[in-house]
Amino acid sequence: MMQFMLLFSRQGKLRLQKWYEAHPDKVKKKITRELISTILARKPKMSSFLEWKDLKIVYKRYASLYFCCAIEQQDNELLTLEVIHRYVELLDKYFGSVCELDIIFNFEKAYFMLDELMVGGEVCETSKKNVLKAIAAQDLLQEEETPQGLFEDHGLG
Amino acid sequence: MSSIKQVINDAVEKGKEVYEKVRQPNPIRLRDLIRQIRSAKTAAEERAVVNRECAYIRLTFREEDSVWRCRNVAKLLYIHMLGYPAHFGQMECLKLIASPRFTDKRIGYLGAMLLLDERQDVHLLITNSLKNDLNSSTQFVQGLALCTLGAIASPEMSRDLAGEVERLLKSSNAYIRKKAAVCALRIICRVPELMEMYLPATRSLLSEKNHGVLITGVTLITEMCRQSPDMLAHFKKIVPNLVRILKNLIMAGYSPEHDVQGVSDPFLQVKILKLLRILGCGDSEASETMNDILAQVATNTESSKNVGNAILYETVLSIMDIKSESGLRVLAINILGRFLLNADKNIRYVALNTLLRVVHADNSAVQRHRSTILECLKDADISIRRRAMELCFALINGNNIRTMMKELLTFLEKAEPEFKASCSSKCVLAAEKYSPNVRWHIDTLLKVVEAAGNHVPDDVVSSTIQLISETRTEQAYAVGELWRHLSIAQMEYQPMIQVATWCIGEFGDLLLSGHADVTVVESELIDIYQKILWSSQCSITTKEYALTSLMKLSARLTHEIGSIQQVVSAFGSHLNIELQQRGIEYSQLFTRHNHMRGPLLERMPPFEGTRAGTEQDKATITNGVDTPLDNESLLNDLTSPNNNAHETSESNALLDLLGGMEPGDSDTIKSTSTSISLTVASTPSVNADILDLLGGLDSGPAASVPTTNMNEAPPTQLPNSSNAAYLLDGLLNNSTPIISSPSSPVTNSAGTIPTSNSIYPLVLQKSSIPGITAYDKNGIRLDMAFELQETLITINLIASNNTGAQVTDFLFQAAVPKSIQLQMLNPSGTNMAPTASLTQLIKVNNPNKVPLRMRIKLSWLANGSPVQDQGEISNFPSALWQ
Repeated sequence: MMQFMLLFSRQGKLRLQKWYEAHPDKVKKKITRELISTILARKPKMSSFLEWKDLKIVYKRYASLYFCCAIEQQDNELLTLEVIHRYVELLDKYFGSVCELDIIFNFEKAYFMLDELMVGGEVCETSKKNVLKAIAAQDLLQEEETPQGLFEDHGLG
Repeated sequence: MSSIKQVINDAVEKGKEVYEKVRQPNPIRLRDLIRQIRSAKTAAEERAVVNRECAYIRLTFREEDSVWRCRNVAKLLYIHMLGYPAHFGQMECLKLIASPRFTDKRIGYLGAMLLLDERQDVHLLITNSLKNDLNSSTQFVQGLALCTLGAIASPEMSRDLAGEVERLLKSSNAYIRKKAAVCALRIICRVPELMEMYLPATRSLLSEKNHGVLITGVTLITEMCRQSPDMLAHFKKIVPNLVRILKNLIMAGYSPEHDVQGVSDPFLQVKILKLLRILGCGDSEASETMNDILAQVATNTESSKNVGNAILYETVLSIMDIKSESGLRVLAINILGRFLLNADKNIRYVALNTLLRVVHADNSAVQRHRSTILECLKDADISIRRRAMELCFALINGNNIRTMMKELLTFLEKAEPEFKASCSSKCVLAAEKYSPNVRWHIDTLLKVVEAAGNHVPDDVVSSTIQLISETRTEQAYAVGELWRHLSIAQMEYQPMIQVATWCIGEFGDLLLSGHADVTVVESELIDIYQKILWSSQCSITTKEYALTSLMKLSARLTHEIGSIQQVVSAFGSHLNIELQQRGIEYSQLFTRHNHMRGPLLERMPPFEGTRAGTEQDKATITNGVDTPLDNESLLNDLTSPNNNAHETSESNALLDLLGGMEPGDSDTIKSTSTSISLTVASTPSVNADILDLLGGLDSGPAASVPTTNMNEAPPTQLPNSSNAAYLLDGLLNNSTPIISSPSSPVTNSAGTIPTSNSIYPLVLQKSSIPGITAYDKNGIRLDMAFELQETLITINLIASNNTGAQVTDFLFQAAVPKSIQLQMLNPSGTNMAPTASLTQLIKVNNPNKVPLRMRIKLSWLANGSPVQDQGEISNFPSALWQ
């Protein structure tokens, strides 16, 4: 089971965090800080894996963003790279060649996407088409109930 | 009529609403807030924007503004990600969830997953909303509730909602079924008793076509089997189903929906392989059923891409865990062998990791890939090298130790400092276990000490010394080899010098009598010792070794005893209190107690007890050269009345040294116990005496150098000597009576100090310019002593550790104004035990004679956690440039 996923920029700014195991806020922050600095310090020729406490950390850089997942000992780190890649592909399809800014300004959509791909730290849909279909249908629901007009903009904006 | 009224009412309502909006401006949009925060130029500015917005959001929350709640919570979630507190949004998330609008629910559940977790008590409130939404008629509302439940369900929520989830597990909608399966997984992890309840619904999940349901179903079954042996037994019968699904996956050919780079649904394949592993573990019948499919996956999966290798990796793990045929196991290990040659570092890493796991079960199969593994020792990736090293040590056996050790020694020589300690310890272990003969063993240990330089852990030093001390037949050879090393030694590598001086001190007579295959003249020997003892690169510990060794040599040599005495007595005025004390004590052995020198300095009996190498779990002793001994009780009698805990380790050794004399003279021991008590009691005063003495000798400000060093010394520095005391304390019994009478060391040392000026100039030269304490914070103290030759200032830096913690990776960096040149020599070490110190020489050339200032930066690890500090030293004595 995946324990958490972090997205952060090359400057070390957190862009998305998903925790499937409960930790106090302080601990989450500490873990995040620690991992960001460890990973940013790693050289490109190093492998994408590191052992950290009793977890395995799998990370991969896509352009300016690092995708970092913590998995358990019995999990497959090579497959986790594929999960990360699948998530990136989905974001890419959704935003149309996704970049860091898309994720910053639409962070809630990035979360929605992740929630369709994974639930409780486990992959629950292996078809890209199905994930995107579910997202599109939910976006439509949102759009339908948001009235249009000068004073009536109740959406997120 | 009524419809007209309706219209009018509506218009009035609308007008009211419009009025409200005008009166109170709309809250800033989410994207606008993000833009504002991003445009903040400083952290303070960002904080200001965030604080303003948070205050506003709190206000709207208080006013129960439900129109903009969704937007405000979304903004709060962004603010939360930046690291600001957002707990005050928790209740608002629950309100959003209870709203009928889908947008509200979507943001509300997102917020709940981010701001709540299973440890919060608001759960009673969320459980009701979840229950409602799980029963919603909109699949996406159900989906949101399931997703949230799957991420944050607590045991109480699990109990309350288990029934709902079970019902949804049987839903006709695959979208709901797959999410319900993951929720069920979460629920049985939190409350295992609920497992039974899901059993019937779970079984039918495997007959699905939908991959989402299949993968979550397999995951759920895996967890059930992992948790309960009953479930495991129950699900044995699904092995054929799983085999069929897997077979369909790999045979079905291209299906665009689930294809990943030519592999059909790797996510599902891996999950099935994992479940097969659990089902087949220790069960030959189940293993038999899956043998063929595992072989097929192993041979048919395309291995050019990461995704194929992910499956192969899982397959290998399954093959190794179940009771598979030996042919299949060889196939699996060969796959890993192929991985080792892969260009992708991740694959190589995984291969080494896996080989490490299976090496004990299938050693011979892994041995076949030994040369590839040895190649990985040269890999560019440090984590791969680390794994390869570990694997190499696992592969060493009596047959291959010579070749393996050769490669590992080459590796050790070039390895990063962080490897050297553990690698050298492991080399010692392996040599201990498999060395073909003693000569080879000694050679190997010496090579290890040489290759690892200053990173040799102390247990390796002591193991080496012990091995030589135990093997009478090889002592001449060893001492010859060590002499070779020592005569060309770089003074910066302490461990080799320590081993060499210890052995030459003990067995120096073999060196001189020509038993070793080198010929050494006594004066050469003395020259080397002088070099060591006065080198600024040698650590105090090394000098302690050397001093005692030299003393021992005084009983082995015939001609040069006079020069030994000269050297030893010079140490009577050494800055380091430990060396000073030994210097004075040993001097006494040349004068008043000359008749005892011979018997006292006899060879140590071979060590008893185990070498570090044979006792695997033994913690590495830092800095001390401690050898575990069994006869401790005697020692306790000897020391317990007046010694603190720190002395127990050293007194072990003391006892050992005394052991040699024990049979001859039991009175000596008795007198020892009394004299030790005397030493301890009187040390402070002795130090004070010595201090006075120096003060009287040195002119003017000179005294301040030793003073700073010693004033705080008496209580704290004595324990610090415990590291080295091992070698020195053997002589304690004889020297202490003298020291303990305050008058005699004064006269005695006073007599020797003039001689010391000529051969040990450091003390007096330093004294011409007062030293300073450059830094004293965080438990680290830097003292500087100066030496001036025209424009060239030599700074002798002494860093001492008063942190009470083990300081490692100590790094001192300095910068000086442009017109000054700075040269930093290697420090005597980078690690300091509590109360220990290290030295570093700094050369500063100040041709323009400008006032010297220095910016410094310090970093170290205190018990492993990093500490950093910087500062400026501007209190250099002006004598340095005037």
